[in-house]
This record gives sequence, C-alpha cells and structure tokens, in this order.
Amino acid sequence: MSNISATLNALKARGKKALVTFITAGDPDLATSEQIVHALIESGADLIELGFPFSDPMADGPTIQLASERALEAGTTLRGVLEMVARVRQHSNVPIVLMGYYNPVFCYGLEAFARDAASAGVDGLLLVDLPPEEAEELHPALRGAGIDLITLLAPTSDAARSARLASAGEGFLYYVSMTGVTGSKQVDAGAISAAVHDLKERSPVPVAVGFGVATPDDATAVARIADAVVVGSALVKLIAEFSGSPGLLDEVRGFVRQLKAAI
Amino acid sequence: MSYQQPDLRGHFGQFGGRYVAETLMPALLELEEGYRQCLADPSFQSEFESYLKNYVGRPSPLYFARRLTEHWGGAKIYLKREDLNHTGAHKVNNTVGQILLARRMGKSKVIAETGAGQHGVATATVAALFGLECDVFMGAEDIRRQSLNVFRMKLLGARVHEVTSGTSTLKDAMNEALRYWVTHVRDTFYVIGTVAGPHPYPQMVRDFQAVIGREAKVQILEAEGRLPDAAVACIGGGSNAMGLFYPFVDDSAVRLIGVEAAGLGMASGRHAASITAGRVGVLHGNKTYLLQDDNGQIQHAHSISAGLDYPGVGPEHAYLKDLGRAEYVSATDDEALAAFRMLTEMEGIIPALESAHAIAHLAKLAPELSREAVILVCLSGRGDKDIHTVAEAMGFEL
Repeated sequence: MSNISATLNALKARGKKALVTFITAGDPDLATSEQIVHALIESGADLIELGFPFSDPMADGPTIQLASERALEAGTTLRGVLEMVARVRQHSNVPIVLMGYYNPVFCYGLEAFARDAASAGVDGLLLVDLPPEEAEELHPALRGAGIDLITLLAPTSDAARSARLASAGEGFLYYVSMTGVTGSKQVDAGAISAAVHDLKERSPVPVAVGFGVATPDDATAVARIADAVVVGSALVKLIAEFSGSPGLLDEVRGFVRQLKAAI
Repeated sequence: MSYQQPDLRGHFGQFGGRYVAETLMPALLELEEGYRQCLADPSFQSEFESYLKNYVGRPSPLYFARRLTEHWGGAKIYLKREDLNHTGAHKVNNTVGQILLARRMGKSKVIAETGAGQHGVATATVAALFGLECDVFMGAEDIRRQSLNVFRMKLLGARVHEVTSGTSTLKDAMNEALRYWVTHVRDTFYVIGTVAGPHPYPQMVRDFQAVIGREAKVQILEAEGRLPDAAVACIGGGSNAMGLFYPFVDDSAVRLIGVEAAGLGMASGRHAASITAGRVGVLHGNKTYLLQDDNGQIQHAHSISAGLDYPGVGPEHAYLKDLGRAEYVSATDDEALAAFRMLTEMEGIIPALESAHAIAHLAKLAPELSREAVILVCLSGRGDKDIHTVAEAMGFEL
C-alpha cells in the first residue's frame, strides 16, 4: 500500500478529513519553499502537493501563473525540486505529490524521472495535461517505481467516464470542483455534492476536492462532502504577499492551522 | 488514399494526441463526434463548398509568375493565390468549416487565438456572418504590430482580449484561449487557427484547408498537364502547408517543402524554426517539435512575421518530417523582407510577411531545378497588414 493510501486511510478510519496543501516549489526560491513545507507539516497539513513550474501553465489562473514565473526566474528546475524533496524526507514521512505539466517530466526522461522521484521520496505525481488516454507511456515506469499517478476528474466528465476513471484511481482521486482554472472562483460545495458522493461510492481510493477553496469556511463546506480538502491558490497568494518578510512562516502556519481546525 | 492519418486516438506516429486538462476531455470527445458526423454528412460538405464559393470567392487562382520564373532562370513558379480570398488569407477556409460545425453542435459562442490577426479576423468575420458571439485572444506584442487587424476584429463585433502573460505573443494567446475555454466549456466552441492543438483539431483544420491542395492539383494539371515537382509553403503552425501538402501526400514524386521562420538566423537562437531546431515535447494539447530549453521550458520564438512566431508546429508536420515525406527548411527575416519586395516589384503582388518566407526559399530551389520543372507555392495571404512593419524595417515613417 502506498504512503498516500496508508495516510489517507488512517485518517478516514479515525473519522478525520485530510488537509492537502499546494505550493509552487521555487517561489520565491527553493530554500524558502523547503522552510514553507516544514511549516505546513508542523501546522497540520496531511499531504503536501508541490507544484513544479512550467512556462505555459494553461490550466492555472494568475496567482499560480505568477508563482511559476517567479520560480522559473529563480532558476527552479524539476531536478532541483526533487533534491528539495529528498532533503524534506530526512525529517518527515508526510506524503508528497508533485503536481504540474507533462513537458518538464517528458523532457527529463520518463524512466529517469520515475527512478529519481522514487529515490527522492516522492509518493505521487499529478499531471494536469496528461489524461488517462495518454498516460500509458508513463504509467509503467511510475508503477515500477511505486509512485501513484493521481487521476483528475471534473464536473464535465459524464457518469460513464467518471466511473471508468475512478475505478483505476491510485492514491486518491482529485475532483476539480469547477469548470475553471485555479484560483478563479469560490467553490460551491452544494453544486458538486451529488457528484462527489457518487464518486466516493465508485472509487477504491479517497476523494479529494480542490479549486476555489480559499477560506476556513470553504474548507468546512468541502470537508463535509469529501475525504480530503485541497487548498492551493489561497496559500500561494499568502506566500506571495508575505514573501521576503520575516513573518512569512508564521502567516503560513496561522493560515494552515485555521484550515485544519475548520475541517 | 493510402496515407491514413491520424489514428483513432489522434496520433500521427508518436505525435499529436490529446494532452489537456480533464475538464476539456469531454468537450474534445464531443467535438470529435460532431466532426465525424459532418464528415459522413453530404449536406455539410455541400454547405461548406457553397460558402467557400459564394462567400470566400473560391476557387482561388493558380497564377504563373512569369517574371519571378525568368528572374531565377529555373523551374516554373506557380502561386496559389490564397491572398485573394475574402479576408485576405487562407485562414477563412478553416473558420468557415469550424463555425458551420459549431452551429450544428448548437454552440452560440466562439473563441479564437490569433498571432498576426488573420485567424482572429477570419473567425470574427464568420461569427458576424452567422450572428455568433466572438472573443479573440491576442498577445499584447502582436496587438501592437498588427493594429489594422485588431481594429477590423472590433468592427466585426468581436471582443479582443489583450494577453500580457508569458511573452505576450501567440503561444500565450493560445494559453489564455485554453484557460477561457476551460471556464466556458459547455457553450463555447474554440476555433483553433492552425493544425495544432489536441485531437481532432490538427485533422479537422487540415481537412478544411485541403481545398487549397485539391484545387491546385486540378489547376496545375490543367496548366501543365502534370503534377508539380515541388509544393512549397511557409510554416508557423503549418495550416496552409498542410492544406497544400495533404492532397499530394500519396504522390511520392512531388516534393513537399515547408519553410519555417529563421528570424535573426538559426545561429542567433532568435527564430521560430521548431522542426529545424526543436525537440519533441508536449504543449497546447499535442506532442510535437517544440523550441524548449534543457528543462522542458518553452522558449520565446522570434520572427518579423507575427503569424510564424510560434515555438511549436502542427504534429502532422512533425510526423511527415520523421517519415521523410516532407522537407523542412527556413528563411530569415531579411530573406523574407527581400522576397516581399521582389514579389511586389516583379509581379505587383504584395504578400503577407509569412508567405514571403515561402517565396524566399525559391531563391535556392528554383535555380536547382530545370526549366521544365514546376514549383507550386502557396501564397497564404496578402501583405496590407504588414505595411507598417515593412516600412519600419526599411527605415520609413508612415
């Protein structure tokens, strides 16, 4: 059983919901990101999503677009992100999922990436522009390396497609709460609750819901219907606001504690 | 036709495919089904042909460029005059096809990305014709250098969204169009302007543009009694080239030659020659040759012509290159400008700067071939939109 599954199942068994936090690795630089990751873990994040930057983030809104740009300007590479994960692993066993676009991974080399990611301690990979139809060239390498390939579902996926995708889920299923890019609108938990409920019935793995979760109240609403709540842009925005200031880590800890308490 | 591409999953060999966010997958599957139905429906084909004839002004002439031929002293040069189409370029063949499809699918809104503005204008034009809402995404840098086209789009009733993210050019306009589509996917049809993007776009756009090559084949057989020795076209995304090449792909004696933009020269690193200098990668929903750095980050393309300023290329071109069926060369900004002036002064035809790249390659190709040989060049658009750019390059203030 993967680290992701073990962690999420243990929480579920205790009747708890998981808090998943997303940050763009390398914004403002990898050293700061590493400190932020420790702060996230200390304040209650159950699973860390690390976004690796790409020049053309076509599914992201301005918050994460700009974070990606800053990370690239700081010289962040996928290799550098893996090295950071390896350092974090010396102190923590919290599940870590790398999230991003396919091209940097394809460029790295699929076998090489799977091997290096596994050895760095990456538990899962979420590629926004790699649907299951195109994942076959990558999946065997990941399976061989023991890395979960996280499947995304959206409100536009019909029942048949959702069922098919859900049944092959690894680690957790990520239900994108809206037709939109990251950080664009507030999540409407009511509108998606039936779909998420159906998904939970069909899914062999826990279901996380993300996009548009900005406040503790949003997190509470989503936690009522999902097994895990993902907070991304709101956290990235906070980091951008306090970047360079001595209070950055305290702000991050404060926000994450509020979110954790809310679910 | 013995050449059957793409396969059922939208792949041309290893290229193509559907690399998109899950939110868009159902829309693409719906689009594929909608397109498949149109292909099987004779009434769609006749409706399309009727608009091409009565609205676009097809067939476009195949013109023997006598003075250009004499100047190079080699093969006979024939120009396929897509510049004479309504809206001034080949783009309209595709927008008519896609918007007819959008209507059949019940979509009332269309969006488009645009580089030089020709595809934006062609989309806004056909949207106006059918009373559809139209939003066009254009990079801030391109808006500046193609202000005539921007104004035309607005006059036609389209909203033009200025894109300032990334490099503010075509690739960023496409990113923004994709973001908008993800957000409005249920009622909006995305009219992609070239043979790139997720399946079924590369196939669909090629099929709509293939009228260029089909007509040219009939016309050249009439004029010369034989097939050409070479078919030449400029390559940005590659739609006018695929339109010219596709009907000749099984005619192995016809060389297919695509001319990319070498910008300030291949050695300078400031160009848009994705096939010549790119590596395989995934962008905008397809796997193809891309200009990218060692970390898989997409690089800035450069070309004096906005329409060729794209760091990728249609996946079918990538496939034809690997197959060895088509050859890909390049022409610099200076060579294109010289060709622009030559065609203007010798034939009285002002070409788009994009098309001038194809003309530029004749300097090398025509003298290589005998006087009996025949070269077919796609003149993909007219150059009114480029007058300011050319004036600037020549040091004139208009």
